[in-house]
Amino acid sequence: LKQVVAKHAVRSLSSITVPLPDISVYRFEKNLFPQKAETNREEMLKYFKAMTFQRRIEIACDEIYKMKQARGFCHLMDGQEAVAVGIEAGITLQDYIITAYRCHGFMLGRGGTPEKILGEMMGKLNGVSKGKGGSMHMTSQKNRFFGGNGIVGAQIPIGTGLAYGIKYEEKKEVCVTLYGDGAANQGQLFEAANMAMLWKLPVIYVCENNGFAMGTSVARASANTNLYARLDLIPGARINGQHIYAVREAIKFAKEWCLSGKGPVCLELLTYRYHGHSMSDSGLTYRTREDIQKVRKERDPIMTVSYTHLTLPTKAQVQISVVAEPLKKK
Amino acid sequence: MCIRDRVSTQSTWGFQESKDMMKVFQLSTRITRFTLLARVFSAGPPPLKMDFSEKVNTKEVTLKNPDKLKKMNICQAVNNAMDIALATIPKSYVFGEDVKFGGVFRCTVGLNEKYGTDRVFNTPLSEQGILGFSVGLAAAGCTPICEIQFGDYIFPAFDQFHNEVAKYRYRSAGLYNVGGITCRCSYGAVGHGGHYHSQAPEAHFMHTAGLTVVIPRSPIQAKGLLLGSIRSPDPIIFFEPKILYRMAEDMVPEEDYTLPIGKAEVLQEGKDITMIGYGASIRQLMMASKMAEEKGIKCEIIDLRTIIPYDIETIEKSVKKTGRLLITHEGPVTSGAGAEIAAKIQERCFLSLKAPIARVCGFDTPFPFVYEPFYLPNRFKIFESTLKLMEFQLKQYISIQSVSYTHLTLPTKAQVQISVVAVSLKKKPT
Repeated sequence: LKQVVAKHAVRSLSSITVPLPDISVYRFEKNLFPQKAETNREEMLKYFKAMTFQRRIEIACDEIYKMKQARGFCHLMDGQEAVAVGIEAGITLQDYIITAYRCHGFMLGRGGTPEKILGEMMGKLNGVSKGKGGSMHMTSQKNRFFGGNGIVGAQIPIGTGLAYGIKYEEKKEVCVTLYGDGAANQGQLFEAANMAMLWKLPVIYVCENNGFAMGTSVARASANTNLYARLDLIPGARINGQHIYAVREAIKFAKEWCLSGKGPVCLELLTYRYHGHSMSDSGLTYRTREDIQKVRKERDPIMTVSYTHLTLPTKAQVQISVVAEPLKKK
Repeated sequence: MCIRDRVSTQSTWGFQESKDMMKVFQLSTRITRFTLLARVFSAGPPPLKMDFSEKVNTKEVTLKNPDKLKKMNICQAVNNAMDIALATIPKSYVFGEDVKFGGVFRCTVGLNEKYGTDRVFNTPLSEQGILGFSVGLAAAGCTPICEIQFGDYIFPAFDQFHNEVAKYRYRSAGLYNVGGITCRCSYGAVGHGGHYHSQAPEAHFMHTAGLTVVIPRSPIQAKGLLLGSIRSPDPIIFFEPKILYRMAEDMVPEEDYTLPIGKAEVLQEGKDITMIGYGASIRQLMMASKMAEEKGIKCEIIDLRTIIPYDIETIEKSVKKTGRLLITHEGPVTSGAGAEIAAKIQERCFLSLKAPIARVCGFDTPFPFVYEPFYLPNRFKIFESTLKLMEFQLKQYISIQSVSYTHLTLPTKAQVQISVVAVSLKKKPT
């Protein structure tokens, strides 16, 4: 799964081509999806910094929760950074995002600073939701981030409604509605998806499939484990959610598809979370430590970018190490 | 500050505008120190050291082996009850989200190993599905014991409760019924639950004719009431106060025993004020009554146990004895259980009341994320209400009723005098 830059690619600092991993499609033609991504050193550094930053913030949230400075429930998304950063990279701040309770990464992408996020978790007034929401309900009005929703699946019809508003105002924007593999079995999803396809709404349904709905694996909860293929007429694709360029290109493609009036798209991002479901879940009763270590070694999203960078000229390598050190020191 | 001013279309992931990482670290330590100080004030004084463990009420249940007791908390008591139910009722099933490995509160530990996946199994994340599925099972004559992981998540299933479970027997004239359903949920505040892990939704179910809601206060009660609920011919929602799952411990009888559904229990006799509560509020009531006893106020505490249909006779008997009523529950005050009981009691015991009925409940807001101790009805709020109710007696003017019957037979001059006195007393500021 290590993506190595093709030996014959142009070795200039200005542009690098990254081949994308294979995808599964449903009601799409596979050749419509891009097979490589264009990027450059600055972008790679930007994504690397963003993902490492998210990772450190999640670990900081872990610490303050364990110190009982933050109460309520804390759902961490370390291991899923490529999803948050990749989606943000593919859309603009004019587009809408709504997600479930694993929302710290998305908040960072939508104007959250560490002080505001940690403040929100501790219930302080300087927090993003003025301390009223906590970890699960981080919102940003200016940047069109609708949170942070506690009830599983409740955000899906809300996202569909947002898309209706966009279409009504004839804007060139999309609403990215995220949900997890657990919510994939909620009735609300199918009700909302039907409405979206009926009225051709500009909504991208993104299923963050991290393999486990709390403690239940996807295979034991869903009869059809192809979560991208479950929304009937809505075309779908299964993307490797740990590869940031795959996510970015998929979202860009989905946005173009929606804006051309063809209706909603469903993307299933295969990802993984290292922590348990929440801070009260050790994460080890339904999977072994070896599984987690294996994913850390082979499918870590930050590694994807750094392996790509290993083949960059030394200057870029040095730059990235220089950036990583102070971030780690936090 | 920069990102607020700039109108940009590309996200910068927040860190480029934020302060230097070291400053953030310093800030977080300063926050930690400040909150440690602030917590001294926000946490309140330490709880009264009281022993809440109980013994079995021999008036309600006769045990075959009263000496065979085992120390259990509510999780273990509920587990034991389900074990007995699965063993004695052939077509009973336990299912819900994550129950197979033992449940998030460890209430179903060991059941799957003992009875197999045919009878103890996981469902997907779909509360409406869980309840609809239970309705079908119960209509076919089985005994489903479903679990809704948190009471806050019961609302997708509310349609099934309200429109199917409650009306099944009624609309088929008794030909079918779903009495076998017992739905177990965790309930109530837990100290750090926030909006969606602390709700107390029993009031929504009180408004539905056909449902029964049961809330235990201790392990002995939990086991007996759960067995009573499972064996009851009516569909029952069993709310288990999650804060007491580990906190409440009793010497619980190991045998099969049932406590009656629909009956309240008088925990403590008193002559001054009747206090009604259920679940975790009972502990607050007992602590408040201890505080009141120092002032010479003797409180009568009643555990409602079954919230709907509630035991109005016991409450009425008690209010007629004491004349004052205080109801407490965690849920919001408007249209909560307290509102219903207060209305019923004033209908039946109006002349016995010496003071208005007090309801010490949560505020009419969503359950807060912070400052939970300020939201919940704790022993201090209950104690304050008790004092207000007792003081109402002192400030009350003389009852006109007892005077007017006598004065009708007195000569006219005396009548006028008494009227003058009565009017001036009426105008007296309270």
